[in-house]
Amino acid sequence: MKRQILISVLIAVGINPLYAESTRGPGLGHAISPEEIAVWDISVFPDGEGLPEGEGSVKDGEALYKSQCIACHGENGLGTAMGDQLAGAQMGLTSDYPEQTIGSYWPYATTVFDVVRRSMPMTAPGTLNNNEVYAVTAYLLYLNNLIGKDDVMDASTLPKVKMPNVDGFLNVHESEQGTK
Amino acid sequence: MAKDRINDQCLEDNQVAGNGLLDRRLFLKKGLQFGAISTLASSTAALASTNSEIKNESANPPWMHVPGKPFSIYGKPSEFEDDVVRSPTQNEMVPGNGVSWTPLHLMEGTITPNGLHYERHHNGVPQIDPKKHRLLIHGLVKKDLTFSIDDLLRYPMQSKICFIECGGNSNAGWNKQPSQAQAGYFNGMASCSEWTGVPLSVLLDEVGLRKKAKWLVAEGADAFAMQMSIPIEKALDDAFLALYQNGERIRPENGYPLRLIVPGWEGVLNVKWLRRLKVTNRPVMARNETSRYTELQPSGKARMFTFPIEAKSLITSPSAHMVLKEPSLYQITGLAWTGRGKISKVEVSADGGETWAEAELQEPVLDRSFTRFRLPWHWNGKPAVLKSRAIDETGYVQPERTELVKQRGRKGFFHYNAITNWHIDSDGFVSHVYDKNENETTDSDISIDSGWD
Repeated sequence: MKRQILISVLIAVGINPLYAESTRGPGLGHAISPEEIAVWDISVFPDGEGLPEGEGSVKDGEALYKSQCIACHGENGLGTAMGDQLAGAQMGLTSDYPEQTIGSYWPYATTVFDVVRRSMPMTAPGTLNNNEVYAVTAYLLYLNNLIGKDDVMDASTLPKVKMPNVDGFLNVHESEQGTK
Repeated sequence: MAKDRINDQCLEDNQVAGNGLLDRRLFLKKGLQFGAISTLASSTAALASTNSEIKNESANPPWMHVPGKPFSIYGKPSEFEDDVVRSPTQNEMVPGNGVSWTPLHLMEGTITPNGLHYERHHNGVPQIDPKKHRLLIHGLVKKDLTFSIDDLLRYPMQSKICFIECGGNSNAGWNKQPSQAQAGYFNGMASCSEWTGVPLSVLLDEVGLRKKAKWLVAEGADAFAMQMSIPIEKALDDAFLALYQNGERIRPENGYPLRLIVPGWEGVLNVKWLRRLKVTNRPVMARNETSRYTELQPSGKARMFTFPIEAKSLITSPSAHMVLKEPSLYQITGLAWTGRGKISKVEVSADGGETWAEAELQEPVLDRSFTRFRLPWHWNGKPAVLKSRAIDETGYVQPERTELVKQRGRKGFFHYNAITNWHIDSDGFVSHVYDKNENETTDSDISIDSGWD
C-alpha cells in the first residue's frame, strides 16, 4: 500500500516510478546547452522531428547520386554486390525473391534522410550538407515513384511522403508486452 | 583401425538413448578414454611423423636444454594454435563493413577470449582517443548531461557474464542447401564475455527521466554513426555501459572506450563506441530497425523489434570438417544460450532425432550466458546424425529447421535458431545436413551468403 502511494506521488510530481528505487551515482555529469546539443543530435523521427532547415530537388539529387552513390548502389538504385538495392523492385514481398527497396519495404521516408546524413557515402560519411542530403533523398524517393520529378524535399514535405509499406510491420516487442 | 575400447556390456549398461548415447554421469567414472577427433588438415599432417619418433623426442625434448623465452608485456597464443582465428567476410568497396566469425568449433569452455570475440562493423573500427570521447544523455530528461570516460570510471560498477549474438548469426541456415562451413564460421557471430561497467539506471537516475520517457535512442561514434532504439524498461532493468571486457578495457573492435550492453537482446542493440543516448517517447525508426534487422514473413509482413535471442544450441565437436578416427567413445560437446534467462536443459540425439538423451551442463549455468554441455557417445562406425536442442527456463524448446521454416519462411534472414544436424559417414567424416524432408533440390536457390547486411 505504501509503495502504491509512493508510486502515485512520484507519477504526480512527474518522476517515472520505474527507476524510483535505483542506486545513486556520484553525480559527475556536466551540463550542456541546447545549442551544443544541436551539433550532436542528428536523429530524425518519422513525424519530421529532427529534420534541419534546407531543401533539395530530384534533379540535384540525381547529379549527386551519380557522383557519390552509384558505385555501390548501381544505376537507378538497382544495387550491386557492394550496396543495397534501393529502388526498382519487380518482385513483391510475398514472392520467392522479394526485393526490399525503399519503395517496396521501408516504412518511413525520414529514415532515408537520417541514414544518408549519418552514414553515407560510406567512403566519406557525413560530408554531404543538409541541402545535398535532401536532394539525394528526393532522388531516391523519385526513383521509387513516391514523389514527382519536380517535387522538392524539405522538413515539411518529407514526412508527408506516403510510404506504401508503412503498415507492413508486426511490432513483436509490443505484442509480447501486451501478453505479459 | 584400432580396437574399439568399449565392450558390449558397458554399452548396454550405460546407453540412455539410441545409437550409442551414454549416461552423462559416465564422465565421473574413472578410466574414460575418448577416441581421437582431428580436422582434415591435421590428420594429413600427423602422417609426417611416426609415433615412435614423437615418443623418443618427448622423452628428452630439446626445449629442456635451452633457456626459454623471457617475459612478454602482453601474452599471445602458442604459435602452434595459429589456426584458431576469426574468419572475416567483408564488403569489397568498404572493407570495414562486414563480420568476423568466432571459431567456436576450435574452442572449449564458455568464455570467448577478447581477440576471438566476433565482430560486426558497419563501417570499420574507429580509433577513439578516450580523452576526446564524451557520452551525452539528453531528451526527455530533467537535466541534459555529458560524461567523460574518466567520469564514468568513478561510478559504481557491476560485472555480468553474458553472450552477445548478432541477429544475423547462422543466416546460412535459411539456405536451401546446408552450409558446409565449419561450425563457428556460420554460427560464430556469437561470443560470451564478462563485461564490467556502470548500470544504465544509475545514469538515468542522475539525468532524471520525464514521465513520457519510453525509449532510448543509442548512437555510436563510428563512421556509420550506428543508431538503435531500445525500450526504457530494458534500459532500467539490466542494461549497462561497459568499460571492461574480460578484465581489461574493451578492445577497439568491441566498442572501446564504451559499449552499451543489453543482456540477451540481439547484438546490434549493444551499441559500440557509445556516444549518445536520447530519451524519447517513441523509436526513431532507424535504418537498422526498419529496412534491416526486421524479418520478412511469408505473409509479406515483417517482424520488427524482435529483441530477445531465442534459445539455441550447437554441437561444436564433433562438427563439420572434423574426422572421427575410429569407432570408439567420444565426447560430444557444445554450447547453448538463450536471451530469456537460463538454459534449463540440453538434449542430444545420435539417431537423427528418434531418441534424445540429456546432456551434462557445465556449472555454473548463468543467466543469458553461454552454457557448455557434454555427453559421452559411443560411435559404432556406422553413419549417424547428431543433433542438440536447447530448452530454456521459460519452457521454450529450440525448434527443428522444418518447424522454423514453416513458421517464418526463408526470407527473414535474422534470428535463425534451429537445430543443427551433423552427419557422420562411415569414414568418420562430419558434414552438415538437413533432415531428409528439408532438402529441396528441385528449385535453384540464390544463396544468402553475405556475411553482412
